[in-house]
Amino acid sequence: MTDSSVKITASPHVRSAESTIKIMWSVVISLIPVVAASIYFFGPSAILVLLASIAGCLLTERLFGSTPGSLADGSAMITGLLLGLTLPPGFPLWMAFLGGGFGMAFGKIIFGGLGQNVFNPALVGRAFLQAAFPVAITTWPAKTQHWWALQGDNFALPFMSPVVDATSSATPLGNLKFGDDPVVTPVIDLFLGTTGGSLGETSALLILLGGIYLAWRGHLNWHIPLSIFVSTFVISGLFFALGISQFPPLFMLFSGGMMLGAFYMATDMVTSPITNKGCWLFGFGIGFLVVIIRVWGGLPEGVMYSILLMNALVPFINRATQPRLFGTSRKKKKEAGS
Amino acid sequence: MRKTTPSQDFIRGIWNENPVLIQMLGLCPALAVTNSVKNALAMSAATFFVICCSSVLVSSCKRFIPNEVRISAYILVIATFVTLADMLLQAYAPVQHKELGAFIALIVVNCMILGRQEAFSAKNNVYRSLLDAIGTGIGFTIALVMMGGFREILGTGSFLEYSLFGANFEPWVIMVLPAGGFLTLGFILLAMGFVEQRKKTKTTLTAEQSP
Amino acid sequence: MNEEIMKEDTGTHDPSLPESPETPLKETVSTFRLVATLAVAGALAGLLIVLVNQHTKPIIDKYKAEQLKIAVYEVLPGVERYSTYYLVNDRLSLNIPEGNKDSDYRRIYVGYDILDEVSGIAISRGESGFQDVVQIIFGFNPTTGKLSGMKVLDSKETPGLGDKIFKDMAFVKQFFAGPETPLIGVKIGAGKGKPNEIDTITGATISSKVVIDIINHALEEWRPVIDRGIPKAPVVSKFEETKQ
Repeated sequence: MTDSSVKITASPHVRSAESTIKIMWSVVISLIPVVAASIYFFGPSAILVLLASIAGCLLTERLFGSTPGSLADGSAMITGLLLGLTLPPGFPLWMAFLGGGFGMAFGKIIFGGLGQNVFNPALVGRAFLQAAFPVAITTWPAKTQHWWALQGDNFALPFMSPVVDATSSATPLGNLKFGDDPVVTPVIDLFLGTTGGSLGETSALLILLGGIYLAWRGHLNWHIPLSIFVSTFVISGLFFALGISQFPPLFMLFSGGMMLGAFYMATDMVTSPITNKGCWLFGFGIGFLVVIIRVWGGLPEGVMYSILLMNALVPFINRATQPRLFGTSRKKKKEAGS
Repeated sequence: MRKTTPSQDFIRGIWNENPVLIQMLGLCPALAVTNSVKNALAMSAATFFVICCSSVLVSSCKRFIPNEVRISAYILVIATFVTLADMLLQAYAPVQHKELGAFIALIVVNCMILGRQEAFSAKNNVYRSLLDAIGTGIGFTIALVMMGGFREILGTGSFLEYSLFGANFEPWVIMVLPAGGFLTLGFILLAMGFVEQRKKTKTTLTAEQSP
Repeated sequence: MNEEIMKEDTGTHDPSLPESPETPLKETVSTFRLVATLAVAGALAGLLIVLVNQHTKPIIDKYKAEQLKIAVYEVLPGVERYSTYYLVNDRLSLNIPEGNKDSDYRRIYVGYDILDEVSGIAISRGESGFQDVVQIIFGFNPTTGKLSGMKVLDSKETPGLGDKIFKDMAFVKQFFAGPETPLIGVKIGAGKGKPNEIDTITGATISSKVVIDIINHALEEWRPVIDRGIPKAPVVSKFEETKQ
């Protein structure tokens, strides 16, 4: 797929020398440390949940994908992997599988496949699961005594509820927001990942490393994560300083799905803006919404909905930031404007 | 304009021109109150009552309604029957009335009903109009019960409050929420479009065009 | 009678096509006739509605009163009868000023025991929950400040989660066990055994805290009024309800 002569407007990030396949697989490679960490923290449950969601995505792509070769480009694999990383370790496998299938079918294939989708498919799957099974997706079983023990009722039968023991641990965000004696989890714990949460939510450090690797390889537009972090930090810092919110800015950055969302979900090439200016707008919007949802919303976490909402605005951002209209200093990006 | 037989008037609204699934009319109640079969049935019954009464009244009074105010007159007729349905439901089925809430009053603006008055009752005799109204009402009921059934089975694991999967069923909460209505309608339309397309490619007849 | 435009049309319409305009008018209908037609139709419609309303209103009112009565007696166990007091000019009163609508006034339901002593007060109040307004009624004892019951009247909380505020009996029962006020919500197992603790529902923390907040806010608001004194020896008013 070296299309140097053909101009593709949908994914301008794909440059002539690179192929979709190459980029996709390097994303997968950059996620290996995160996956390894989740297995280290959560044991075999992590592998099972990841495999189930990947299976859901691959199968759906195989069954309904528009082009026969679409399975090999690795995008379905990434969707499954990312979706799995947003799920709690004790999640029933049938739900993870269903979420993968739903995200793939209704987040991507229904729009016409890779490059045509409006929303990040992994987040569509996650949003569906959040709305369909709100209890299961917010149940974080207390850590098991042995590493090899399952983290919850992974093997609940299809359509049946998981049987969860009464002791469920809270995530740092949930604890601060709804806990009886709200404690701000130390940032170092969040950074290293020794806290409860979804598979890929725990270690900020490893995601950061993976993200930097991708940015260095040029597969990821670093403007997006940077703008998200800056806006989240500034806005939550402002609220914290004014005493409106109880979330310290650093805690905001390193807790929940912030890292994973900023590096891997928001930067999805298909669903993010084309110009760097647009990316800053996009990132600022996400950061702003995350702070709003976390501080005032009914949910402990808001990264998913923020990214999905901003995904929907991408066409408008692209139009508003078309370089040729007013841009006198942005000529270098001219070829990007569609 | 082709002539239709009374039986065609009746059948048409049920399937070929199903108000919800083909004409895409009356989607508001179809999306809003179909989170259980019971609600879907109550809504259908209220709508059925209103459309039948309105069609009979409009077709029998069509000579006295000046053309300039016909829409207002139809709305007046429909609104009257909706108010009656609202009060009757509140008196005799208060639980269902509470579930359906404002959507009973919103039957007034159900374009399906107004559409039948304007397109059919205003031009046909009482008997044909009644047949047409009954057909449309049944079509509406079928669509709503389909949606209600799908949503209730997945959303609460039961059908008409009869539990299907046992106590350990994990309900798909999204299905009883408004978003589930959109999803369900999408699924049904997707399936219908799929079937329709296959039928078309199979027969490859141009005469398929008009029902 | 412009029959020419209302001619019988036995043909059918393809509803997907826009409605073809009627045959051109030959004469304009007088405005008077238009207004008159609508007026007559409106009058007839109004008549019909009034007739049906006369028939159904008593049934509807009876049902509503019945529901309220059931709710009041449920949250005030052991009460023989109750009277409705309205808040008029910051004082409790059994009657509302002449010519005012009863629904304009906020009210409490004061329950009396067999000896005609005030034994409980029920208050209904709504606040926004996770989805929409949660309306509850609760009863408490004005002398001890302890709750005697709580019932959710209206809620659209998430099925399976937030609706546990009225479906999870373990949660509901706590309000009937006489907790002291103001309430505080604690996570299950995290309580310190204080008499004003309510265990919140796992996974529905917001909805359960809304219930607790409603009760606390309502008490904050009404306590001063109630402590100023409830008019004694209630006259038998038309609002008075007696247990059957």
